[in-house]
Amino acid sequence: MSARLDVRKTYKLFIGGKFPRSESGRTYKVTSDDGAFLANAALASRKDAREAVVAARKAQPGWAGATAYNRGQVLYRVAELLEGRRSQFVEEVAAGEGIKTKAAEAAVDAAIDRWVWYAGWTDKVAQVAGAANPVAGPYFNLSVPEPTGVVVVLAPQSSSLLGLVSVLAPVLVTGNTAVVVSSEKRPLPAITLSEVLATSDVPGGVVNILTGRTAELAPPLASHMDVNAIDLTGTVGAEGVAWGELEAEAAGSVKRVVRPRDSEPDWSQIPDGPRRILAFTETKTVWHPKGM
Amino acid sequence: MTASVSSATSDARTGADGSSSDTEKVLARARDVVGATELDDTNLARYLHGLPGVDKVGADGRAAMLGTRSIKTTAKQWALDTIVSMIDLTTLEGADTPGKVRTLAAKARTPDPSDPSCPRPAAVCVYGDLVHVAKDALAGTGVKIAAVATAFPSGRASLDVRLADTREAVAQGADEIDMVIDRGAFLAGQYSKVFEDIVAVREACRADGAQAHLKVILETGELATYDNVRRASWLAMLAGADFIKTSTGKVQPAATLPVTILMLEAVRDFRELTGTQVGVKPAGGISSSKDAIKYLVAVNETLGEDWLNPDWFRFGASSLLNDVLMQRSKMRTGHYWGPDYVTVS
Repeated sequence: MSARLDVRKTYKLFIGGKFPRSESGRTYKVTSDDGAFLANAALASRKDAREAVVAARKAQPGWAGATAYNRGQVLYRVAELLEGRRSQFVEEVAAGEGIKTKAAEAAVDAAIDRWVWYAGWTDKVAQVAGAANPVAGPYFNLSVPEPTGVVVVLAPQSSSLLGLVSVLAPVLVTGNTAVVVSSEKRPLPAITLSEVLATSDVPGGVVNILTGRTAELAPPLASHMDVNAIDLTGTVGAEGVAWGELEAEAAGSVKRVVRPRDSEPDWSQIPDGPRRILAFTETKTVWHPKGM
Repeated sequence: MTASVSSATSDARTGADGSSSDTEKVLARARDVVGATELDDTNLARYLHGLPGVDKVGADGRAAMLGTRSIKTTAKQWALDTIVSMIDLTTLEGADTPGKVRTLAAKARTPDPSDPSCPRPAAVCVYGDLVHVAKDALAGTGVKIAAVATAFPSGRASLDVRLADTREAVAQGADEIDMVIDRGAFLAGQYSKVFEDIVAVREACRADGAQAHLKVILETGELATYDNVRRASWLAMLAGADFIKTSTGKVQPAATLPVTILMLEAVRDFRELTGTQVGVKPAGGISSSKDAIKYLVAVNETLGEDWLNPDWFRFGASSLLNDVLMQRSKMRTGHYWGPDYVTVS
């Protein structure tokens, strides 16, 4: 029998590459699927959400300005670090989602593979989604996908790591920056991911992670005028959230909106293409005279 | 140098009666306060060094304490509108073009095109040679034109050059002159030189029937100690400053809350002693509404409502206005605003 006391953790938010407490000073208990205490997480307020958007906006030009090749390398390096924390993720996923270690291992492996899969897309997405358009005149006409800007991601409520990676990575590929609202009841893998990101080469502010109530954070983010897109995937199974209202709020600033499915998708499937990446891009078309 | 001061002074005396009696009044008041017939380095030093010293830890602590006040709802709305009306919208770059000044003037004319109830800023602050551009662009709006003069920002030029700089800005129609003090002379203890400079510039502001307000920039970032800030504030007020201003914005640190509170205390004590009210203008480094509200709290706590209007308190700022406009929109519409929706300045 060990006499050692438990070290009970109280986690913080991840905003602009730093780990601040919630401006509100609030925290909430995170429990495992069977009700055992796991840790305390910060209960973010709408002001924290505002700060996160400011940080994301500040980081966006730099991240989008990096070459696609460089972004790919930076993201691949994150996958390396995820691999290094594998056992911690397995433990957190197993406890939070109430699944067996073996299933959790499979989920974490799939999450790391998913991250690598998306990292590979950075310098390929323009070839697939861009085009040299035939036009009736002596011009080159080129369309290229460009990042839309600051994207709010409401992370899936059930799949706390694989789901999170599946919605976050595609946002980052083209050069968007993200404000993530983590799973409300299972935020620990997201928090650990923020620790991974903080020690990786991803610049501060490119990913900002808020833990707390989706119902509290989603409305101010959906109506925020300085957010360019919102992924509503995490509204499925979130308490007190109606995604239709959020979509209506988002219309006020003509945001791109990714609607949720009726139920949480099966994240273990490899995506059938770069759909999620292209959901957060704008197509830029340029004309250039030929034959000069 | 002293010779040129006295000649400038005597020119003005013989030139316009109004300004000479005005100068006499200022000098008489200064003699009275200092308690000496001669306003030389020795007497000024005796007076300024006799001012009580500043408890730096206490001043910083008080500023930090005032910064924690929470201003919400209607009080915040009032504060935001008041801040807008107190802003001296400033552009002081080497690359200032007439076009840039006109853009700034357009911004002052209509700060928030989506909300006609938004007040206009108090003034537009430009370099002296661009005053006529701002004047044309702002005709009939009630927005004042402030010009920086006297070899801004360093002040390192002969008095003649600095006076010529001032006269040109006044002649072009500047309503307010922001002058810099000679920090080198101040730090070297040549208080009478600084004093006479300010008196001479004040005369230039009021020559030939002009009524330009004089703001004296202390450049507190270069004065090294809080004691010096207090002395410089008193020296400027004794010499007839209408406003005392913290900084040029070209030196770090620019305006800080403790330094501003120190200056607020100085103007409070000066009014108690002489009956003359002097304004205060923190400038540089105030870029968020939150910071600006802290300054308003400090004004209210230190001076009370007498100073809580654009005639007596100003912010020298350029990016502050956009932040305040975004906050106003947030309060009006209920959702957070982005820089995409405010006009560039």
